[in-house]
Amino acid sequence: MNELLDAFPVEGADVDRLRARLAAAAEAEGILDVAYRTVDTPVGPLLLAATEQGLVRVAYPNQGHDAVLQALADRVSPRVLHAPGRLDPVARQLDDYFAGRRQRFDVPLDWRLSTGFRSTVLHHLAIDVDYGHTASYAALAALAGNPKAVRAVGTACATNPLPVVVPCHRVVRSDGAIGNYAGGVEAKRTLLELEAA
Amino acid sequence: MAEFGPTVLRVVRAVLGPADGDDAWSETFLAALRAYPQLPADANVEAWLVTIAHRKAIDVTRSTARRAVPVADPPETEAGTDLPDLDLAAALAALPPKQRRAVAYHYLTGLPYAEIAEILGGSADAARRAAADGIAALRRTIGANR
Repeated sequence: MNELLDAFPVEGADVDRLRARLAAAAEAEGILDVAYRTVDTPVGPLLLAATEQGLVRVAYPNQGHDAVLQALADRVSPRVLHAPGRLDPVARQLDDYFAGRRQRFDVPLDWRLSTGFRSTVLHHLAIDVDYGHTASYAALAALAGNPKAVRAVGTACATNPLPVVVPCHRVVRSDGAIGNYAGGVEAKRTLLELEAA
Repeated sequence: MAEFGPTVLRVVRAVLGPADGDDAWSETFLAALRAYPQLPADANVEAWLVTIAHRKAIDVTRSTARRAVPVADPPETEAGTDLPDLDLAAALAALPPKQRRAVAYHYLTGLPYAEIAEILGGSADAARRAAADGIAALRRTIGANR
């Protein structure tokens, strides 16, 4: 009786429409804990996720969007829905950034996925290392109050839950080499070239 | 949960028809979203969603009956009489509710009869029989119209 499946075709557009309706109803009821969408950028499609407090996660395709959503469900809340509306402001700002029209992101951030020293490092990075500039891992360790914690700074950057917006791509090695990047070295190079232009 | 969206939509449409099915889908996922944080980590999410959908479908059926809106073209026309184009969806709609649900829950999701018995009440054997009777009736109806 596999014909039964054919007798009830489900169009992607129908599901999308119903999901949009569900997202709106959940938002209205205050139970849309994590809203997500993707945006196309020169460094590939980025996954954006926000809680009611603010942007909580930005993820590169090589980080596995499905795995990232699952991690959000596990660590933040299982109420995760595709709901582009909540991400519209940051999506617009990313468009402007990649078009060279914006140097700073002005959206509320939810830092809950980053704790302790890693969080301190990322906060300094977000405030102290401006567009078009770079800092070494060692310099950032000093800024964060622990000059010896160079490796920990590397870990903080590698596990940055908010890449691009919190600019870990601006952290490079002391010898001038570009260093690693959560989104891949190619993405890091693209961002640094964009900002140097 | 998102991965079961299309399956649940098929199930509620099969049980209720397209228009009411869409409403039941929305109600199901909103209720699931409310309750999700309490769901045990090892729960069978698909069976849980079908269980909620089953209850929502019953609610929708009851409120439709209460409103007693006259249906222009009732799908529950006498099956197999003078309906040469009677398709599978209409034939399913013409089944008694328990058979219709057993068929929909088993054949559209692949849930085992033990799970379906939990949803419908009664034993796994009764659920299996209801589905088998439903399938036999569908074959008769469709056979008679081809």
